[in-house]
Amino acid sequence: MIEFQKVCIRAGDFQLKDVSFEIGSGQYAVLMGRTGRGKTTILESLCGLRRVQSGKIMIRGMDVTDWPPGDREIGYVPQDLALFPTFSVAEHLKFALHLRRFHATQIEHRVSELAEMLSITHLLKRQIEGLSGGESQRVALGRALSFRPTVLLLDEPLSALDAETREEIQALLRTLTDNTGVTTLHITHNAAEATALADRRFHIVDGQVTEESVNQAEQASRSDSPAG
Amino acid sequence: MSGISSCFILLIVLLIAADLMFTSFEDFRAAVMKPEIQSAFRLTILSCTIAALLSIWVATPLGYLLSRYRFPGRLLIDTIVDIPIVLPPLVLGLSLLILFHLPFGNWELEAWLRDDVGFPVTYRWPAVILAQFSVSCAFAVRTMRVTFDQINPRAEDVARTLGCTRGQAFLQIALPQSWRGMIAATTIAWARALGEFGPILVFAGATRMRTEVLSTTVFLELSIGQLNAAVAVSLLMVAMAVVVLVVLRVLGTGLTS
Repeated sequence: MIEFQKVCIRAGDFQLKDVSFEIGSGQYAVLMGRTGRGKTTILESLCGLRRVQSGKIMIRGMDVTDWPPGDREIGYVPQDLALFPTFSVAEHLKFALHLRRFHATQIEHRVSELAEMLSITHLLKRQIEGLSGGESQRVALGRALSFRPTVLLLDEPLSALDAETREEIQALLRTLTDNTGVTTLHITHNAAEATALADRRFHIVDGQVTEESVNQAEQASRSDSPAG
Repeated sequence: MSGISSCFILLIVLLIAADLMFTSFEDFRAAVMKPEIQSAFRLTILSCTIAALLSIWVATPLGYLLSRYRFPGRLLIDTIVDIPIVLPPLVLGLSLLILFHLPFGNWELEAWLRDDVGFPVTYRWPAVILAQFSVSCAFAVRTMRVTFDQINPRAEDVARTLGCTRGQAFLQIALPQSWRGMIAATTIAWARALGEFGPILVFAGATRMRTEVLSTTVFLELSIGQLNAAVAVSLLMVAMAVVVLVVLRVLGTGLTS
């Protein structure tokens, strides 16, 4: 479903060289690595917000390397969520559907469906100012999933949440991705979060993306846990 | 520190107080009832408004461009935009005059506008607007650039992943967030246009009832020894400037703090 083929990306002085990995359809992959190693850069390249110097990015078997972001059918939730300050919650959910010229009744139906799925029906008329961290996260997820993308990219979606909300959103992510079958790439620093969510687990070290085996992942999870 | 700051504030207050004490209400009324001054007032309101609207129309996309994109020549454009701010006003007026009358072979901009388009500019009211626009637009661009610098570009990125073009992301996401900055930029442009004098004098002249605006009225009244009328018009301009500044503060954009 997602394939990086020897992708080179330059971002200022920082450079990723010959990055290659693939994620199968419907899988939930987690990408880990220390701060400043290029995790967000990979996500931005995947959704077309950053140009790559060389290599190919394939989605659904198509070379999308030079495609504009809107044509890639990717739902993106950045770390700061980047909600639209002048929009209501409902307008966030409608936005991509309006751009795709869906019929008004289809839009209303989809918004109701999403709001129910994300438990934000009571928030639909609210402006985003004053929403809690968990509520904002749900709105950002709803906006990203509204047009039924085939790929979902999550940049540290749980990092700014308290423990209780984090568990809540973590469970929601698992349910959403299982129900929609969307292929997900999720960036995190948290090994426990990765263990709870990931079908596959990648690590970025020295500009290279490598997949961890199940044993390595369990080992890392143990060493990251407070008891360990 | 506070003593020096107080001195400056005191100076401004004293300047206005001196103007107020110099003239009486009767003098002020007599001055503003003069047909020449009323005509200058009307032209000032009209020209400042047109110059401010033109400025925001140009400044919004240009400010966005300078804030969001890195491209070859960006530094040069950034510098060119600032030139009217640092240029002596008379030089700007002189440059406008030369531009409109410089012959390119047999072709001259002013002659073409006058003879072929039927819209002469130099020493007429359009010259007033162009002179005001040349300076006020630079301030509007600066204000809009700061406005867009303060808006998170990530929201526009997300909008693009949702299906927006760059243009749609600007119009639907960035622009609605920039309304306070747009009002601030329009107000600043309007205030700058109000205070413009040098370029207008050189490029549009100071013909009574034709190209006279309030700033040139002060000059004309002074030149014929009508100090009371000059002070009255000055106070009128102070009042207009205060209204503009109050609007800015009320909007609370933080851009002028």
